Amino acid sequence: MKPARFVYHAPTTLEATVQLLAELNVEAKLLAGGQSLIPMLNMRLVRPGHLIDLQHVSELAGIHERDGGIAIGAMTRQRQVERSPLVAERIPLLAEAVRHVGHLPIRTRGTIGGSIAHADPAAELPGVLLALDGTVHLVSVKGERTVAARDFFVDILTTAAEPDELVREVWFPRLPERSGSAWLEVARRHGDYALVGIGAVVTLADDGQAVAEARLCFISVAARPVRATQVEAALRGAPVTPATWRQAGALVQEELDPPADLHASAHYRRYVAGVLAERALELAARRAQEGAGR
Amino acid sequence: MSTNGVERKRIRLTVNGAPVEREVEARLLLSDFLRHELGLTGTHVGCEHGVCGACTVLVDGEPARSCLMFAIQADGHIVETVEGLAASDDALHPLQRAFWEKHGLQCGYCTPGMLMVLKAFLAENPNPTEGEVREAISGNLCRCTGYQNIVEAALEAARLLRQHS
Amino acid sequence: MPTRIFGEPIKRAEDPRLLTGRGRFVDDIDLPGQLHVAFLRSPHAHARARSIDASAARAMDGVVAVWTYADIGPCQRRMPLLIPHPDLTHPYTRFALARDEVNHVGEPVVMVIAESRYLAEDALEAIVVDWEELPPVVDIEAAVRPDAPLVHEELGTNVAAHYVGIVGDPDRAFAAAAHVFRERLVIERSASMPIEPRAVLASWDDTSGVLHVWDTTQAPIVIRNALAALFGLAPTQVHVVAPDVGGGFGGKIMVYPEEVLVPYAALALRRPVKWTEDRFEHFVGTNHERLQIHDAEIAVDTEGRILGVRDRFLHDAGAYTPYGIIVPIITACQLPGPYKVANYHVEFRAVYSNTVPVSPYRGAGRPHACFVMERLMDRVADELGLDRAEVRQRNFIQPDEFPYDVGLIFQDGAPTRYDSGNYPAMLDRLLQEMDYHRLASEELPRLRAEGRYVGLGIACYVEGTGIGPYEGAHVRVEPTGHVYVATGMPQQGQAHRTVLAQIVAEELQVPVETVHVIEGDTAHFEFGSGTYASRSAVVAGSAVSLAARSVREQGLRLAAEELEVDPADLLVEDGRVFVRGAPERGFTWAQLAQLANPLRYAYAGDLAVRPRPWSGPALPPGRQPALEATEYYSPPHATWASGAVGAVIEVDPATGLLQFHRLWVVHDCGKVINPMVVEGQIHGGIAQGIGGAFYERLHYDQNGQLLNASFMDFLIPTAMEIPRIEVSHIETPSPLNPLGVKGVGEAGAIPLPALVAAAVEDALRPFQVHVTHMPLSPDELLRLIHREA
Repeated sequence: MKPARFVYHAPTTLEATVQLLAELNVEAKLLAGGQSLIPMLNMRLVRPGHLIDLQHVSELAGIHERDGGIAIGAMTRQRQVERSPLVAERIPLLAEAVRHVGHLPIRTRGTIGGSIAHADPAAELPGVLLALDGTVHLVSVKGERTVAARDFFVDILTTAAEPDELVREVWFPRLPERSGSAWLEVARRHGDYALVGIGAVVTLADDGQAVAEARLCFISVAARPVRATQVEAALRGAPVTPATWRQAGALVQEELDPPADLHASAHYRRYVAGVLAERALELAARRAQEGAGR
Repeated sequence: MSTNGVERKRIRLTVNGAPVEREVEARLLLSDFLRHELGLTGTHVGCEHGVCGACTVLVDGEPARSCLMFAIQADGHIVETVEGLAASDDALHPLQRAFWEKHGLQCGYCTPGMLMVLKAFLAENPNPTEGEVREAISGNLCRCTGYQNIVEAALEAARLLRQHS
Repeated sequence: MPTRIFGEPIKRAEDPRLLTGRGRFVDDIDLPGQLHVAFLRSPHAHARARSIDASAARAMDGVVAVWTYADIGPCQRRMPLLIPHPDLTHPYTRFALARDEVNHVGEPVVMVIAESRYLAEDALEAIVVDWEELPPVVDIEAAVRPDAPLVHEELGTNVAAHYVGIVGDPDRAFAAAAHVFRERLVIERSASMPIEPRAVLASWDDTSGVLHVWDTTQAPIVIRNALAALFGLAPTQVHVVAPDVGGGFGGKIMVYPEEVLVPYAALALRRPVKWTEDRFEHFVGTNHERLQIHDAEIAVDTEGRILGVRDRFLHDAGAYTPYGIIVPIITACQLPGPYKVANYHVEFRAVYSNTVPVSPYRGAGRPHACFVMERLMDRVADELGLDRAEVRQRNFIQPDEFPYDVGLIFQDGAPTRYDSGNYPAMLDRLLQEMDYHRLASEELPRLRAEGRYVGLGIACYVEGTGIGPYEGAHVRVEPTGHVYVATGMPQQGQAHRTVLAQIVAEELQVPVETVHVIEGDTAHFEFGSGTYASRSAVVAGSAVSLAARSVREQGLRLAAEELEVDPADLLVEDGRVFVRGAPERGFTWAQLAQLANPLRYAYAGDLAVRPRPWSGPALPPGRQPALEATEYYSPPHATWASGAVGAVIEVDPATGLLQFHRLWVVHDCGKVINPMVVEGQIHGGIAQGIGGAFYERLHYDQNGQLLNASFMDFLIPTAMEIPRIEVSHIETPSPLNPLGVKGVGEAGAIPLPALVAAAVEDALRPFQVHVTHMPLSPDELLRLIHREA
């Protein structure tokens, strides 16, 4: 289990990086944290001619406030996100979900941009980005562009990024007032990819008695993270009661059409998605009521 | 920088406090570099796809899978392995003492990875609960111990380290 | 007073090296000029290679040799059948490299030898094989049908062995029974999966004419003797070492293709050659275990007393039977467990499939047997409205019924005869530790009233341990005061160096640190087989004990001669042999070793040279220049350990996840040499048992592709899945061996599938779930709850 040969590049500026990427195009793979890419290289499941290591590109690191939300540079390690007080305060759903990414020694290397660009349908961070209606900022020699999360994740391990584009940063908008969020997932073992995972956001109406807006984003139930848009529509204006969450869970089971794999059948995923939806909505609503930002 | 058409690059890093300089092929895994170039065979290899944790080392103080890094990525960084844990053969690190005392190892294959991840963990969380210890080592598989004595050893090491500081 | 060392929780001698990174595992050893091996393995479950084109690979930089079957000289012989059995009527073993046909994914086909493993793997990609695919046989129930395609055409059948064992008159017992209950029970395929993969390093030393081999094997003497015979070398020309080995659990005892090919390459190329298995190779190249399908029935009277048991099962042998039919034989013999089963019919067919061969993995047929018997016992209790513990108590073999004959011939060819035990006391102890009746009558009903799905389970098991044929040991007191101990059994983490040293230290009353145990090195001990079947402490431990006793006798005799006293007047304490009541009159063990040897070496020894008190040669006939002895211990038959486990498990019926609240073990392995080590063994076995009950399963598809050949998808539990384990002991010493010990290695792995089935079923009583399949999974639990097919 040793990787095939490749040519290694370690650019130190963003400009040099996009230049390289423009030249090498599909011949090159970007090496961020490597926690998904290097296993595939070791197994020779992917064999790029060139690897472009992003670790020395300082423009890609860091967490900062921007446009009323939080922008996180692509090379920011998941562990830094996990430890960030700013993330904990402003994007609690991200703070809650990132702890489910692999294990500690994976998160110390794994990056937020790497996870977003890899687009594993069972990965947490793409799910968070989609749940929060965040955006992905791409850069290439042709310039920069911003893609909404709903347009970015296309298929299994496939995104809207062109071969010459790299993820520069991801941006998470702050939730409106009276919002709460919750991340829940079921995995076979602690730290495994989720069999089903959900990020839920509930924003309450002014009186706190009804749902102004709810968002439900699932991972591991389709080829990409998906929102349960019909359930979200049905929840608009619904009363904040256990029955609402229970009905929403049942609707989720109707709306989703998950695949089967070795670890869980389609039935399992559909059923548990409903269960988790009910639980996550209730938790998110409670957090919204408690005003904890969560 | 090239022999037989194979690109090799010079890297400089610090391993267990000592400077190291070597020419490496880009695809050489950090685990293979440590074990077979530097002879630091205490870092073990169990899966080479980042799950078992036997190859865990510290990179700039943070635990990392050395099978999921190329040696070339460690250029300019600080790497710590199990060989650097004890000050000397007679002065075991509190983690090593606790593992010995509590029978925290059987075959010893997962042990270096466990020790290194716990070193970083206890530095950040010096007074952990049992549950926190279990979560901290959950990225390291052990096939011999059932983990119970590893957890005991970690809690004991935390006590010893608190006494020291 | 003699110092007590046997039975104490002495810290392990192995640990300081392993804790500081100074362990020496096979892949840690790099020899100058060493070459590296990678294998091209079959991508198909069943196929024939029409042609292999390795010319491009041979021409690559850094590639030294590319070998197919045609190139491997003496290794062209078929791999050995290690354990024949009269009922194994259709044995079949492989070639080290496939000659033409391959019979499972992962079977080695081409061997590449290169300057590095990286280059060797590069070369694998340049090899072109023209495959003719053959129909794969995967489903063993289909494989026994008359029209099934065959794994091995020339055998004319997929049934490797058909075994029938009958005790008493089962037909009459069933005809007369008040109740008969039937179950179809399945335990799925799994594997031992040590964290260290296998590795072999070999080097020919032309100066001494010795082939040195470092191998992760559990049986270095077996490997040495096989290599010597295969290569036409004297056994002393082959030196096999199993250095530190990172777990074995059964999978590392075999003669695998790589274990002959790598040494052959070192001989042929006259350079050191190393192969280190990667994890993918381990999944498809190291033996598996577990899959059996049982149709079992139990006949009981109105009180739940067993009248008879019948069991017919299919055992998945995999593609080849190098290890015979040991696993199903053990299942058959151990199925009655701790219960009196006067009338017993057991029958199995071992069936070939195009999958990795099956040989023992920790438990070795016993988890299957325990699962079947304990499921039957639970069924009897539930059907008759009896408490599950009470049904067991009514059927136990009683303490005064030992030795107890099951009536079948065990895996070692000896009778299945339980030597000692106290099963009623064992279960009583468990119930007491659990506070079983309060749990059942108060705590669980309270939790259930809160809407929680909690369940209680118990399971009992026996384990035939410490089988023969024999092991040996050499013990010598050195003139420096050190004690040298050598045995043929290597360790993979079981603390042999500590526990064997304890046995010797107790016998000679010397500090345990002065005893140096060397094992797993054929240069130190040449007879015996290896580490398996929970036998090291029993068989090697007894041999060590006998040898130490012999040395003790020699020391006493020598001291008595020198001191001119009767040996009966001497005491052995505090590292010395001295006259009772006159401690100043005596010798240290170092002095005795010096006395034994008429030579005095530089720096060694503090005894003055004295005129010898006899005339004639310095070393008279019958005397040896050392206090040393080699002894062998050969058990008459297995010694039977036993245990009982209990658990409270909670199931989330909405997600199918489960959680252990508590987990108790009561274990009886006779005399305990080191309680810390024994508990460690139990913990580890339990963890593997939990793996086998809820996490670990190897999934083959219908084409014989292994779908989860990675640690991402084969789910070894982490510290988050394994609960705290509460262990207690009872002790019924074995009357068979000088130490009174029984084996403990496999114990924990045996009862967990049965236990989890019982507790989960109890937790889900409102859904009337019936558990007949192991391992469970969240998905399967939801299907059971939702009544989906």
